[in-house]
Amino acid sequence: MTIVYEKSKGLTDVPFHYCPGCTHGVIHKLVAESLVELGVLDDAIGVAPVGCSVLAYKYFNCDMQEAAHGRAPAVATGIKRALPDKVVFTYQGDGDLASIGTAEVVHAAHRGEKITTIFVNNAIYGMTGGQMAPTTLVGQKTTTSPFGRDEAHCGKPIRISEMIATIDGAKFVERVTVDTPANIRKAKKAIKRAFECQLKGQGFALVEVLSSCPTNWGLTPLKALEWLRDNMIPYYPLGNFKDFGEGK
Amino acid sequence: MAKVLMKGNEAVGAAAIKAGCKLFFGYPITPSSEIPEYISRALPEAGGVFLQAESEIAAINMVYGAGGAGARVMTASSSPGISLKQEGITYCAGAEIPCVIVNMMRGGPGLGSIQPGQADYFQATRGGGNGDYRTLCYAPASIQELVDYVMLAFDKADYYRNPVLICADGMIGQIMEAVELKDPEPMELPPKDWATTGTGGKRKPVVVNSLYLQAEELQEHNKHLIEKYKLMEENEVVYEAFGLEDAEVVCVAFGTTSRIVKTAIKQAQAKGIKVGMIRPITLWPFPYDVFKEIGDKAKGILTVEMSAGQMIDDVKIGIAGRLPVYFNGTQGGMVPTPGSILADIEKIAGGAK
Amino acid sequence: MEEKVIMAGFGGQGIMAIGKLLAYAGMLEGKNVTWMPSYGPEMRGGTANCAVVVSEDEIGSPLISKDGTAAIVMNLPSMIKFEKELVPGGKLIINKSLIDVEPTRKDLDVYYIPANELALELGNGKVANMVMLGSYLELTKTVEIESVLKAFVKVFGEDKADLIPLNKEALLKGAQAAKK
Repeated sequence: MTIVYEKSKGLTDVPFHYCPGCTHGVIHKLVAESLVELGVLDDAIGVAPVGCSVLAYKYFNCDMQEAAHGRAPAVATGIKRALPDKVVFTYQGDGDLASIGTAEVVHAAHRGEKITTIFVNNAIYGMTGGQMAPTTLVGQKTTTSPFGRDEAHCGKPIRISEMIATIDGAKFVERVTVDTPANIRKAKKAIKRAFECQLKGQGFALVEVLSSCPTNWGLTPLKALEWLRDNMIPYYPLGNFKDFGEGK
Repeated sequence: MAKVLMKGNEAVGAAAIKAGCKLFFGYPITPSSEIPEYISRALPEAGGVFLQAESEIAAINMVYGAGGAGARVMTASSSPGISLKQEGITYCAGAEIPCVIVNMMRGGPGLGSIQPGQADYFQATRGGGNGDYRTLCYAPASIQELVDYVMLAFDKADYYRNPVLICADGMIGQIMEAVELKDPEPMELPPKDWATTGTGGKRKPVVVNSLYLQAEELQEHNKHLIEKYKLMEENEVVYEAFGLEDAEVVCVAFGTTSRIVKTAIKQAQAKGIKVGMIRPITLWPFPYDVFKEIGDKAKGILTVEMSAGQMIDDVKIGIAGRLPVYFNGTQGGMVPTPGSILADIEKIAGGAK
Repeated sequence: MEEKVIMAGFGGQGIMAIGKLLAYAGMLEGKNVTWMPSYGPEMRGGTANCAVVVSEDEIGSPLISKDGTAAIVMNLPSMIKFEKELVPGGKLIINKSLIDVEPTRKDLDVYYIPANELALELGNGKVANMVMLGSYLELTKTVEIESVLKAFVKVFGEDKADLIPLNKEALLKGAQAAKK
């Protein structure tokens, strides 16, 4: 009998706690597979955020640190500066990276820290129960924007990839999603390349992964992916913004 | 090694490097900016890394990362900057990350002043961040002590897996005095097998973390921390005390104010008043027990601080109601004068109300 | 012996430097010393002052507050500000080149030194601070001039050793002026 599929060695046996239809599981898998395929799992040190993926340190089968909310890029900086030969990554959500931790991620990019950041954008605060995030779309209803996000009141959603791509120290920036098998393959390619960017000593690398939150969006998993395609992708266009320093 | 004349802030840097500090993350603030300035030149020469962070918050979280990766690491700032670091300090305490944090205290609250202060006592001894945690806290009174305790702080941090604070004040940071950078006495330290250094395929992954979602698990962790803090209380109290047995008045002061108190005590003794002194060198754990050595002739205790009287609570715990506690304090960056302290000593010796 | 001296003037007059030299020289002679600068938001062109304590005993406060034994004042604002900080009978050493009024206090031991002119006689106006230090040392004998010269490279670095002869002359010139 041939094995046609098995769980990545980059993940532990701990079952994910994620909600049904949440795409964190897929994204974890892609990160884990990339570390294994690049042969760097044993040299990897990950930093988990605060948010839905707060327990990421239980799932990745490598050394992990748990950071305070938004501070993962600073923690990763400390690790990488102490151990420059190790492969250091952060895994962060949109509340963590795009709101409370904007200073940390912008300056990590600005310094050209040789770390890889996986930024999961689902346009909402998931763990705390569906509040408005800086990435929440205009008109999108959340528990703290019950009448829909009002642009006049709280501005438009923040586009992190576009902003980070303007920074010289950021050498790889790409926005992907995981709504279809084809897009999952593209996402994997981007994540792997973001780690290669670090391995080649290029500088800061960020992959933004558009993700769904069926629970807090109040949709079925399938409808949530449709909503992502119809609403998020038009505002957050997929594609590469920077590849090893070359802007697109 | 021969003595050299060094500014307090620069001496902090020299001592840290001598103690094997390999990384420093900081952000400039008066009156402690000469610490990052000195270290930015000297640490790379010693094979270490200096990085100016974008904020105090980032700096302490870089300390968390590097300390969690097993490196000897330090940050330094002054009062408002130390307030910003509180989040990171409680995370370091929770995740048991050894690190050294230097506070050259200045007047507060808020932006306050840039002159010396001691009003971060509550923050340092009661924990400025959230949750049940303690940090060993040294309060040096001279540049030599500053150097000695910065070096010791790294060993204690590693020994207990705990953040260690150095609480000096702007004056200690700014003055120059003669110092000798002695080789620290080697201390037996536990291996850092908990640090995230990459598994190398040779061991199971480790996690550096302060999150315990199960209440039972967190309580277990708390109990472990409480045991550790108890050990510190039993073994780490440091103080200077003299003249307690036959004192009419006992002064309590730390850091810069303790020096001024000593001048006032000499003046009081010249007038025939017997004055004893307790100088806490560790603010936490506080030297409560030494108050038992105060004899029956004492009429009162005088605490002297550059704050509104933040140490008084601890002094009252120490004296346990035996004697009245009086206070001489300055705030805002003002420094007490020997004259005003002498006047209070005379009042207490004469049977103050 | 406890000598508590204030040194004050404009930023750029070398005030901090002579303070450090005195402190370092005291340390080289095995005495206890402290050097305390003023510090503040004004980085350039403002007033500069430092307090130096040299003592046989452990030093209490490094600050000088109404208990100064001497003051070296290099400009008028410094004299106005710091004559108040001296004990009765304290030595007030005034840079006569830039200060043409008398102190208000009458209970001080006052000396007038034309420091800038004396420095210019040596061909370098920059050593006016060293002239003042020389006068101070002659009047107080706090440390030996030789100790100050030994401290010179410690404070300014070996590459400034060639300036020692000029600075020595300035110290001696100041000492001579104080004898008059």
